[in-house]
Amino acid sequence: MSDPVIEITDLTKRYGAATVVDGINLTVEQGEVVGMLGPNGAGKTTTILMLLGLTDASRGKVRILGKDPFRRPLEVKRAVGYLPDAVGFYDNLSGRENLRYTAKLAGFSSEEADARIAGALQRVRLDDVGDRRVATYSRGMRQRLGLAELLMRDSRIAILDEPTSGLDPQSTTELLELIRTFAHDGMTVLVSSHLLDVVQSICTRVALFNKGRMGFVGSVAELAKKVADGAFHVDVEAEGVDVADAGKAVKGVNSIVAVNDNHWQISASRDVRADIARAIVAKGGALTALDAHQIGLGEAYNRFFKEAQE
Amino acid sequence: MKREGSPLKGAITVALKEAADHMTSARMHLIMLLVLLTAAGAVYAAIDQIRQTTAQDAFLFLKLFTVARDPLPSFSSFMGFLLPLVAIALGFDAVNGEFGRRTMSRILAQPIYRDAVLFGKFLGGLLVIAIALVTLWLLMVGLGILLLGLPPSGEDVARGLAYLAATLVYTGVWLALALAFSTVIKAPATSALAALSVWLIFSIFWSMVTPFLAGILAPVDPFNPLTLINQFETQQALARISPATLYGEISQMLLDPASRTVGPVFMSQLQGALVGAPLPTLESILIIWPQISGLFAGMLILFTLAYFVFQRQEVRA
Repeated sequence: MSDPVIEITDLTKRYGAATVVDGINLTVEQGEVVGMLGPNGAGKTTTILMLLGLTDASRGKVRILGKDPFRRPLEVKRAVGYLPDAVGFYDNLSGRENLRYTAKLAGFSSEEADARIAGALQRVRLDDVGDRRVATYSRGMRQRLGLAELLMRDSRIAILDEPTSGLDPQSTTELLELIRTFAHDGMTVLVSSHLLDVVQSICTRVALFNKGRMGFVGSVAELAKKVADGAFHVDVEAEGVDVADAGKAVKGVNSIVAVNDNHWQISASRDVRADIARAIVAKGGALTALDAHQIGLGEAYNRFFKEAQE
Repeated sequence: MKREGSPLKGAITVALKEAADHMTSARMHLIMLLVLLTAAGAVYAAIDQIRQTTAQDAFLFLKLFTVARDPLPSFSSFMGFLLPLVAIALGFDAVNGEFGRRTMSRILAQPIYRDAVLFGKFLGGLLVIAIALVTLWLLMVGLGILLLGLPPSGEDVARGLAYLAATLVYTGVWLALALAFSTVIKAPATSALAALSVWLIFSIFWSMVTPFLAGILAPVDPFNPLTLINQFETQQALARISPATLYGEISQMLLDPASRTVGPVFMSQLQGALVGAPLPTLESILIIWPQISGLFAGMLILFTLAYFVFQRQEVRA
């Protein structure tokens, strides 16, 4: 296995007496898309700033491609592209001129910059409006221009802070599609977002932040298992049989709760509908309704924070 | 541990972008138009006055900068008053404007240090001021040749260039002040107001306050005439806290070759001297060297303040 792209160990940030990031640990491998979730003030943005070396850590260790962003900031910045929340551009310049400016700061020659910019603008489908002033761009176009900057710099790691915030559904879909292609091309992506469906649609793992701590790191299925004792919920309505008795032998069933005489709720680690139906029929019962749903990130997220508060 | 790479890598890119932005901004066009009109007015009035009174003067060109005719002040007085406005207009939103546009975090995420951003912004502003000053200076010389019908002497040019350099340093002090306010204060309007307040205090009110302060700090003893000198020197020292005073003294020494001192003169010091005889340019520069150093020091202190605050600033936008 290759070395991790991002390695965070016991990272802590204090402002006076307040601890905003409290001993978090996270390892991200190449090509992963990791979602950072949590309420406002949970420490997500501060963690991002420490990853970029824009603010120093009070304690702990950060390694980006094996390098310390505080001691080797230029090397780290060369590898990392950052799209801040509500990314800002110079409105008086065109999209192309904005990118040319950052390309020069990144150290590209004019010829190389122009070639890279043309390719990046084409990939985010802004090539036809690249020479228009950014003041005329919609929010979605600005976000795509931000992604073009990452592509232009050929970043190995992309850190995206609320990339779809304030976008219409069409722009959101387009942006998510672009982010998926980034990961497909081997770029490691760290996404901070409040929009859970966004995170679920593109992320391979999620990291849940709460009050400066990282409460959970893993896949959505693992989160669902952790907070809901299983990833599937099955609602069963049947007559002439005790489903609690009939279903207990089915493999994968974690619990069965009777809602009333003819209605049961089953929690399972897999889709057990077929086995439950067979078990009910085998016991001579009549199945009247069977409905299953996998616990989503939204529900898992809510349960996680409800449990954390309790 | 030694820092990786140069802290100033990217500073020229930032400076050129800043300069280009200033050159094309309506704000800069308006304020330079104001400076140009007032300067042209002052020079035209000066030429009229010179023709009537001092046609035989050896330093006619320098008189263009210093001669005033009511109600207009001289060109150098105009510069001393208006150039801080130009500098403040260029620098009051240099840093907080980036935060306001939410471009700062994106720029600082590029492979450059913060040093480059701040230094580039200062350099960009100074570059625009230098271009404007050189243009103005050349216009002055052109108008002088055209209307006086005489070419400037070598001494005129040397003193004029020294004056140009000193003016750039003077404007640099105000640019550094505006930059410091733009770093410390988040709202651009507030930082502009703060810088303008300092400008008003030092340009207008400071000369009224210093006699009062000197009277308290060094009271005059009616039985000791030397205390009068002491009070005058105290007043002068206090006045020199203002960059406008330092610049006024520099202008006086450079543009009037007959000037021999910026302090009090005793009769004993004038014995044997040829009144009105010009000093060599280097002698004049030597006399005002402390004032030039003072302006440099002011500029460096203000820039260091901005640097110190900016390096420690939390970047979230």
